[in-house]
Amino acid sequence: MSQRTVNAPPPRSHGPMGGGPMGGLAGVSDAKAQDFRGSLKRFAARLRPERIVVVVVIVLAFASVFLAVLGPKLLGNATNIIFDGFVSSRLPAGVTQDEAVAALRASGESDQADMVASMTLTPGEGVDFTALARVLAIVTIVYVLSSILSWGQNYLMAGVTQRTIYRLREEVDAKLGRLPLRYFDASSRGDVLSRVTNDIDNISTTLQQTLTQLITAVLTVVGVLAMMVWISPILALISLLTVPLSFVVTMAIAKRSQPHFIAQWKWTGELNGHVEETFSGHDLVKVFGHRQESIAQFDTANERMYESSFKAQFISGIIQPALTVIANLNYVAIAVIGGLRVASGTMSLGDVQAFIQYSRQFTMPITQIAGVANILQSGIASAERVFELLDEAEESPDDEDDVVLTDITGRIAFEDVSFRYLADTPLIEDFDLDVRPGEIVAIVGPTGAGKTTLVNLLMRFYDVDSGRILIDGVPTMSMSRDNVRRTFGMVLQDTWLFEGTIRENIAYGDATATPEQVEAAARAARVDHFVRTLPDGYETELTEGASNISAGERQLLTIARAFLADPAVLILDEATSSVDTRTEVLIQQAMAALRNDRTSFVIAHRLSTIRNADVIVVLEQGRIVEQGTHERLIEARGAYYQLYRSQFEHPDAATTT
Amino acid sequence: MRELLVTYLRPHRKVLVLIAGLLLIQAIANLYLPSLNADIINNGVVTGDTAYILRVGGLMLLLSILLGLASVVTVYFSARTSMRFGREVRGDIFRHVEGFSLSQMHNFGVPSLITRNTNDVQQLQMLVMVGLTMMVLAPITAIGGIFMATRENLQLSALLIVTVPLMIAVIGYMVFKAVPLFRAMQIKIDRVNGVLRENLAGIRVIRAFVRTSHEEERFAEANADLTDTALKVTRLFALIMPTLMLIMNLTIVATIWFGGHLISDGSMPIGNLFAFQSYIMQILFSVMMAVMTMMMVPRAAASAERIQAVLNAVPEIAEPTTALATPLARVGRIELRDVDFRYPGAQDPVLNDVTFTLEPGTTTAIVGGTGSGKSTLVNLLPRLLDVTQGAVLIDGVDVRDIPLEQLWDLFGLVPQRGFLFGGTIGSNVRFGNPEATDEEVWDALTVAQAREFVDLLPEGLDAEIDQGGVNLSGGQRQRLAIARCLVREPLIYLFDDSFSALDYTTDARLRGALAGRTRDRTVVIVAQRVSTIMDADRIVVLDSGRVVGIGVHDELIESCEAYREIVASQVALEDVR
Repeated sequence: MSQRTVNAPPPRSHGPMGGGPMGGLAGVSDAKAQDFRGSLKRFAARLRPERIVVVVVIVLAFASVFLAVLGPKLLGNATNIIFDGFVSSRLPAGVTQDEAVAALRASGESDQADMVASMTLTPGEGVDFTALARVLAIVTIVYVLSSILSWGQNYLMAGVTQRTIYRLREEVDAKLGRLPLRYFDASSRGDVLSRVTNDIDNISTTLQQTLTQLITAVLTVVGVLAMMVWISPILALISLLTVPLSFVVTMAIAKRSQPHFIAQWKWTGELNGHVEETFSGHDLVKVFGHRQESIAQFDTANERMYESSFKAQFISGIIQPALTVIANLNYVAIAVIGGLRVASGTMSLGDVQAFIQYSRQFTMPITQIAGVANILQSGIASAERVFELLDEAEESPDDEDDVVLTDITGRIAFEDVSFRYLADTPLIEDFDLDVRPGEIVAIVGPTGAGKTTLVNLLMRFYDVDSGRILIDGVPTMSMSRDNVRRTFGMVLQDTWLFEGTIRENIAYGDATATPEQVEAAARAARVDHFVRTLPDGYETELTEGASNISAGERQLLTIARAFLADPAVLILDEATSSVDTRTEVLIQQAMAALRNDRTSFVIAHRLSTIRNADVIVVLEQGRIVEQGTHERLIEARGAYYQLYRSQFEHPDAATTT
Repeated sequence: MRELLVTYLRPHRKVLVLIAGLLLIQAIANLYLPSLNADIINNGVVTGDTAYILRVGGLMLLLSILLGLASVVTVYFSARTSMRFGREVRGDIFRHVEGFSLSQMHNFGVPSLITRNTNDVQQLQMLVMVGLTMMVLAPITAIGGIFMATRENLQLSALLIVTVPLMIAVIGYMVFKAVPLFRAMQIKIDRVNGVLRENLAGIRVIRAFVRTSHEEERFAEANADLTDTALKVTRLFALIMPTLMLIMNLTIVATIWFGGHLISDGSMPIGNLFAFQSYIMQILFSVMMAVMTMMMVPRAAASAERIQAVLNAVPEIAEPTTALATPLARVGRIELRDVDFRYPGAQDPVLNDVTFTLEPGTTTAIVGGTGSGKSTLVNLLPRLLDVTQGAVLIDGVDVRDIPLEQLWDLFGLVPQRGFLFGGTIGSNVRFGNPEATDEEVWDALTVAQAREFVDLLPEGLDAEIDQGGVNLSGGQRQRLAIARCLVREPLIYLFDDSFSALDYTTDARLRGALAGRTRDRTVVIVAQRVSTIMDADRIVVLDSGRVVGIGVHDELIESCEAYREIVASQVALEDVR
C-alpha cells in the first residue's frame, strides 16, 4: 500500500468568483479563512520586497483622489461665475449691487434681495469669461493630473501584484521540490494542484482588486466628506445620514442573501457531482436501470439550485435599487434644501451643484468597500491554503559532506532495516539482504502487498526508521539523495513521460546525450523502429500524459530512457497491462536486455525472471514474509509455494501442451 | 446563441415584455429627475419661489420611490427568468445525454459534457441575467438621455457627437487589445498548470532521474512567461478607468464653458446646465455599462455553441416505437447475426461480420489484441452501442425492439474501469439491487473476493467511497464492481476485462467462486490473460474485428494461430528465449 493509486480529480474552481455585475456581493466565498488576521499579516509581509513601490502607489492614490475630489468644488466656482454673470445681466446697468438689492427689497422680493446681496455682482455686466476660462483651465489640469496619477498608481500596482504572485508560485514550486514523497502519497494530487493553481489565481485577483480599490475608496469617502462639510455642514449632515443608512441596508440585505448563496454553492456542488457521476458511469446507470432515478435526483438538485440561486440573485439584486433610492432621496433633499438656501442667499448655486456631484460620488466607494471585504475574505482563505502547503515539513537536509561514489559495482545490502508508513503498523522489521553485483532480486507477492515499499526505501523516497541500506558498503544515509538516486535506473508500471519530443523524453536520463546515443538507447529498447514509423520520428511531440501513443509504446520509451541513463542498479516493474501481444514481446526483450549484467530489483510477474532470480523476496500485506531462492522457497512450502502454485499452475500446464 | 436564447426564452416572453416595460419606466423616471431639478432652479431658485421648490421636490421624491419599486420588481423577474432559463437548459442537456450511445459519450468526452452542463450553462445564465437588466436599460437610458439632452439644448448636445464615439472608440480599442491578450494568458495559465500536473504525476521519475532542478527551470520559464502576459493585461486595464473618467470630466468642463456662453446669450436658462450635466453623466455611464457587459457576450456565445452542439446531436439509442408483441422469454440466449460496427466516418469497421450464439448456462470468453473489438462487442449487447449492420437478438427478439428498461433488466455489467459512485461500499454494491439485504451484499462481496478487505475496514459496509472510488486501489474497485453486478443476479453477466487489476491468485479464486453463482446463466468474459479464460466453455478469438476462432482452449491451441500467439506471448515465449 505504498504508492497510493490516486487519480487526480479535476481541479475544481471555487465557483464563479465575482462573475456578475454585482460580483463583489454575489461572490460571497464559501471558504472562510480560519485565522484571518494572522494570515492577512503574513500575506502583507509578502509585499515587503515591494514596499517602496507600495508606498509610491499609496502616495499616488492620495494625490489622485485629492485632485479628483477637488474637481467638483472648482467646477462649482465656474458655475458661480456663470450665475453671477447671469444675475448681473438682468440687473439694470449703472447701479451698484447695494442699490439693486435695495430696489428688490422695495418691490417686496426680499428672498431675491437676500440672494443678490450674497453674490458678487457688477449689475449690467454679463458673464466674466476670462475668469471662467481661468477656472476651467485649472479644472482641466486637475482632472488630467488626477487621471494620470490614477493610471500610474494602477500601473505600478499591476507590477507589484504580478511580481508578488510570480514569487509565490516560484516559492511553492521550490517547496514541492523539497517535500518528501510521503506528502504526495498522503494527499490527493487534485488538492495540491488546486492550491498551486486556483488558490494562487484567486490571490492574484484579490491583490489586484483589493489594495488599490480599498485605498481609493476609503480616501474618496474621506475626501468627499471633507469637501461636503466645507461647503455646507447642514447638507453634509443630511448626506452623512445616508452613509450609515446605505451601509445598514447593504449589510442587512447581504446578510439575508448569504444563506441563499451558501445554499446555491451547496446545490451547485451537489448537481455538478451528480452530473459528473452520471456521465462518468453512463453505462452503469443505464444497464443497472437507474436512469429514471438518476433523472429524478438531478431534477431535485436542479430545482433546489434554481430556488436558492433565484433567491440569492433576487435578494442581492435589491441592494442596487435600494442604494439608488437612498441616493435619489439624498439628491432630492439636496436639491430642495439647496434650492431654498440659494434662494435665501445663504449658499451659492455653484456649491449646490458641487454638492450634488459629491453626493453622487459617495455611493460607489461604499459599495466597493463592501465588495472588497468579501473578496479579501476569499483571497485570504486561499492564501491560508497556500501557506499550509508552504508550512509542510520538508525532507531532512542532505549530509553536508556526502560521499560521492564512482565506479559503482552494484553491491546492495539491507542491514536490520525496519520501516513503517504508519507508526502503529509495522511493515518491514529487521530485514537483512545482501545482493552481490549483477544479481537479480525478484520481489513477488499478491496485488497490494506493498512491493513498491522496497523501491521507496532503495531510492530514499522514504527513509528507513532504523537499520541501514548500503551501496558498495556506503550507507545511503551518508550520501545525498541525488547521488543515491543516480545509482539506480527505474522502469515503473506508471509510464511517466512529459510534454516534449520523444528525443527529449529519452534523453531525460542524461541531458548531455548525443542524438546517436539517444537512438542507440531506443534500439536497445526495441522502440527505434516504432519511432521511425512516426511522421516526425524522434522529434514527435508527446502530449501531456503521452496519450498520443499507446501504453506499450510508452513503456518502451521509459525503458529506452533507463538504458540511456546507464545506471549501476536497476529497478524494474514487469507488470504490463492493456498491451497487445506484439508489444508485450518487445517489452520483455527490452527489459531482459536492460537487466543484463546489472544488479536488478524486479517486481516480478514472469516465471523466467523468478526462476532465474538469485533471491526472491515474498511480500504479503506490506510485510516481507519470506526470502530465498526459488528451490529453497518451494521446499519450505510456505507463502511462496502457495503463491507460486496459484499463479503459475496454469501457465505451466499451458507450456507443456 | 440566438437559437438557444430564442428557444428557452420564448415561454417567458410575457415576463420579458413586462421587464422591458419596467425598464422603460425606470429609464424615463431616471431621466425625468434632472429635468425636475432644472425646473427647481429655473422657476424656484431664480425667482425665489419656495413653494414651487417644495412642490417639485415632493414630486421628485415620489418619482425616486417609484423608481426603486420598479427596479425591485425588475430584479425579481429578471432573476427568476434567468435562473429558470438555466434550470431548463440544464435539465434538457441532462435528459438528452442520457440517450447518448457510448460512442457519442466518447466523441464529446465526459469531462466536456460535464462542463457543458455546468459551467457553460452558468455562463449563459449570467448573461441572460445581466442582459435582462443592463443590456436593455443601458440603450434606453443612452437614447433617452440623448433625446432629453437635445431637448435641454440642441447646440450643447453637439458635444455628445464628439464624446460618445470617443468613449466607444477608447473602450473598443482596449477590448480589441485585451481579447488576444486574454487568450494568450489562458494558454499560459494552462501551460503553468500543465507543467505542475506533470511534475506531480511524475514525481517519482523526476526524483529518480535527479531532474528536480531541471523541472524547476521549466516551471520558472512558464511562470515568467505567464507573468509577462498577465502584466500586460493588468497594465492595459490600469488605463481604462482613468481614461474613461477623464473623458467624462472633460466633457463636463466643456459643457460648462459652452453652456456659459449660451446662458450669457440668454439662449438657455441656467437650470438647464445642471440637467444637461446629469444627462451627460447618465449617457456616458450607460455607454460604459453597455460595452462592459458586451464583453461577456463572446464568452457566452462560445458556451452557447457548445451547449447547442450537445442538444443538436441526435441520441443514437432510441426507444422502440412499438411495444413487444409477446413478452420476453427471459432465457438468455444471445445471437449475433452478421454484426458490423463502424464508428461514424471511420474507414475500417471495428467489428466485421461477427456471427455466433451465446447459450444460457455457458461461459464464453472473448480474447484478442488491443483494438480487436472485444469491448465494442460487449457494448452492443445491452445497446450501449447499436450495430451498424446485422442484428443482435436476445431470445429471438432484436434488441432494438425491446423497451430499453426491459432490455437492461436482463444484464449485469462489470465495465473495464471499476467505476464506483460516491457513497459507501454498501450503497455501491446496492446500486446493482437496491433491495438487497445486508446478507446478500456480504454474500456478493465474498464471491467477489472483496470481503477480506471490506472486513478490515472499521466501518465495514458504511466505509465512505470517494467519487470515482479514488480512495481504493484498482483491484479493490474491480472487486466491488463485480460484487455490484452479482447482487443483481442478472440473467446475463458481462465482464469487460474485469479481472485485469487482480493478481493471479485472487483472479483464480474469484473465478472459482463465480462459477457456482453463474451456473445457469449466460456469462461473457472479455480478458487479456490466458489463465482467466482457459476454463471457459467457449473461447471466441477476435482479430481486427473478425472472428478467427471459436472453441475451447485445447482446440484453439491446435487450430488457431492468433490464439497461439496470445498464449505464447504470456507464457511460453519467455522460457523459449
